[in-house]
Amino acid sequence: MDKNLRWRALAILAVVAVSIWGFYPPQKKVRLGLDLQGGVHLVLRVQTDDALRLDTETTMEQLREAAETKGLTSLTFAGVDPTRFKVDGVPQAQDAAFREAAIEVETRFNRESGAGGSYSFVMKPNLVVQLREDAVEQALQTIERRVNELGVAEPIVARTGATGDQIMVQLPGVANPQRAKDIIRSTALLELKLVEDGPASSKEQLLQSRGGVMPSNMEAVPGVSDTGAPGDRAETVYYLVRKVAAVTGRDLRNAKPTLDETNRPAVSFSLNADGARKFGKATGENIGRRLAIILDGRVQSAPVIEGRIFDEGRISGTFTQQEVQDLSLILRSGALPASLVYLEERTVGPSLGAASIRSGVTAALGGLLLVVLFLLAYYRLSGVNAIVSMVINLTVLLAMMSYLDATMTLPGIAGFILTIGMGVDSNVLIFERIKEELAAGKGVKQAISAGFDRVFLTILDTHVASLIAAAFLFQFGTGPIRGFATTLSIGLLSNVFTSVFVSRTLFELVLSRRRAAALSI
Amino acid sequence: MQIFTQPNFNFIKWRWHAIALSLVVIGAGLLFMWSQGGMPLGIDFKGGTIIILRFEQAVSEDAVRTALEKMPGEKVVQQYGAAAAREILVRLPQSVQREEDALLDRDVKTATEALRQSNLGKFEVIGTEVVGPVIGAQLQRKGLLATLFSILGITVYIAFRFRPSFAVGAIVATFHDILVTLAFLAFFGYDLSLNVVAAILTITGYSVNDTIVIFDRVRENFSKMRRDSLEHVVNTSVNQTLGRTIITAGATLLSVVALYLFGGEVLKGFAFTMIVGIVSGTYSTIFIAAAIAIILSRKGEQARVPMSPAPDAPAGGARKSKNGKSRAS
Repeated sequence: MDKNLRWRALAILAVVAVSIWGFYPPQKKVRLGLDLQGGVHLVLRVQTDDALRLDTETTMEQLREAAETKGLTSLTFAGVDPTRFKVDGVPQAQDAAFREAAIEVETRFNRESGAGGSYSFVMKPNLVVQLREDAVEQALQTIERRVNELGVAEPIVARTGATGDQIMVQLPGVANPQRAKDIIRSTALLELKLVEDGPASSKEQLLQSRGGVMPSNMEAVPGVSDTGAPGDRAETVYYLVRKVAAVTGRDLRNAKPTLDETNRPAVSFSLNADGARKFGKATGENIGRRLAIILDGRVQSAPVIEGRIFDEGRISGTFTQQEVQDLSLILRSGALPASLVYLEERTVGPSLGAASIRSGVTAALGGLLLVVLFLLAYYRLSGVNAIVSMVINLTVLLAMMSYLDATMTLPGIAGFILTIGMGVDSNVLIFERIKEELAAGKGVKQAISAGFDRVFLTILDTHVASLIAAAFLFQFGTGPIRGFATTLSIGLLSNVFTSVFVSRTLFELVLSRRRAAALSI
Repeated sequence: MQIFTQPNFNFIKWRWHAIALSLVVIGAGLLFMWSQGGMPLGIDFKGGTIIILRFEQAVSEDAVRTALEKMPGEKVVQQYGAAAAREILVRLPQSVQREEDALLDRDVKTATEALRQSNLGKFEVIGTEVVGPVIGAQLQRKGLLATLFSILGITVYIAFRFRPSFAVGAIVATFHDILVTLAFLAFFGYDLSLNVVAAILTITGYSVNDTIVIFDRVRENFSKMRRDSLEHVVNTSVNQTLGRTIITAGATLLSVVALYLFGGEVLKGFAFTMIVGIVSGTYSTIFIAAAIAIILSRKGEQARVPMSPAPDAPAGGARKSKNGKSRAS
């Protein structure tokens, strides 16, 4: 046997061995997409306006305080949009004092003068960009922590989309998507605010003693009346509370499930040093008054402050055991800087995924069988050659998938089937050319050699063209489609190897043993 | 075995008939789509809700439809997979215009609640898909860009490897295949989904594939048959590659038909698109691509074929190609 030929045969054997080692056992080595193993795919948008609005409001309160210390007490403040607030009623005489009070705010907001002692403050554009970016990044990290605490194996949390405010979450194998969705989405904004009045059964009733006018530093917050069993739909009541929170979730150090004095499930929390100082001050100054514990804009409970408290607190309400556990998890992982909305959600139950695997594998084997029969019928012994290169092609493809840690999806299986088709195409091209060369009177060896040589460029051109299409499919595709583009691309690459190199070596191996006068093709 | 021995059909003679036939099919397809109010889009692009349910007892599609009567908009209720599986797919139109207005999965909850109220027996939700309007618009844009860019990329490649008029021929053939495929999708009531777009892009690659094989042969024959007319050279090339064109199409069709028969519901649309595309791609390769190339080429034009010597086969071990000399004139 030709020495060169022997090396080529060995190289092919080595590739096959490494490939089989690479993907065996496939259950462990090939990563399945959500559509095959079941799970949840979510795309959410971070409402970054929330973060801007919060910053604008905080800044507005800061300016109000600064103005009040300078004796400007009759100003009206109002938020206009997420990045803008307005101040009205600055007296001519105190204009200079107001401007002085606004100096600190103006490092972050642009001041615009209006008529009659009114001013607008607009957030600086670079701060807007910064805050939006921070909000998305923070939301991403918070979601990551929550998903990890849920105990999902191999979750994916990543930014997606062109607008920069979208996050994709993939949770393979999650059986109860609703719980996961709720946990991810909970803003978990915990605020402790002093109660000024209430509870009352309606907002109007709440403001009766104040002549129906909402004081500018207060707000009405809905809540449930503090009685009733867990899960009951108790009636809604309203509390009048201070706008500025005494403590927020940012000051939390830990949260865990506990029981309250009546043995109902509750969440106990502890505060960090900064939070404890603020909490101690607020509770110490307001003994005997009520403190509203507000979660995501709803009063959970409003206990009476019995003494100065520093770093411990408890959220009680009508919770179930599960709710208490989830709430502790969410509080521990931190509040979201902004609320989230779901833009897309796809869930695949495990049984549906298993059915997809079954039908995908059936289709692939069915396609393979049909093509094998066709090749044997049409090309006879040379068909065996084509079949061997096709099988090696699929082996290399599977191995590359697991080496690259690529995901196998249902469209990916379709990519496998197409790879079978493309592989056969190359073989047909070559074989037909060999037939032509034989018909033109060439000997078997020369015909094979000429057939492979002539067709190589064609194969290169067709594969490059298909790769171009696959590349853009990968670039713009999402999820399962990417799986398709991946398998198709790898399949095309390995097909150049098998249809040209492997197939030719096989022919020459056979011819090196016996001097063939005719070729079974 | 040989399907054609020395075929010598005069394909080029029929080029105007072929172009007319294609225009009729495409025109009918566009007209049909127009009468339906545009290409029907699946929820990937239009937004909406899909719920897949498995019932404990067999239920009829009509019973499910009746149970969902109260839900607004045009609903689709159909058997999902084999009847024995007792699985039903329900598709609901987009009900929220802005994501902020409501929770995205509102329709899933309303629909399952309505089904629970009716006496159809126990069922299990085995899969849901909800796509909001923002993502729908986003996916529409992506799908369109992917298609356009890949066609552009392939055009540039062919123009570079062959001559520009060939590139135009290949692209016209590709657009032809896409339009014919869309027409058939509309005739048979398939929605345009992400999977279908993936199939269309694959067809793009496949159709060009076929065309390149013929053009490659034309390029080769140019140097051998310098005295013949362009029409004759092209026609000979089409005939010489005819066996390969038919066999390849047949083999690929076999694997795609297997996909259509056994691939399950998710891949039905994908496989259907591929089947139509492969048939159309083979037809356009033989009748359209070459015809356009001839119409656009002038006889006097030299085959401008920038071609490097044939590179070595990959993986290093192959023998140096003996065909290294340029085939260009």
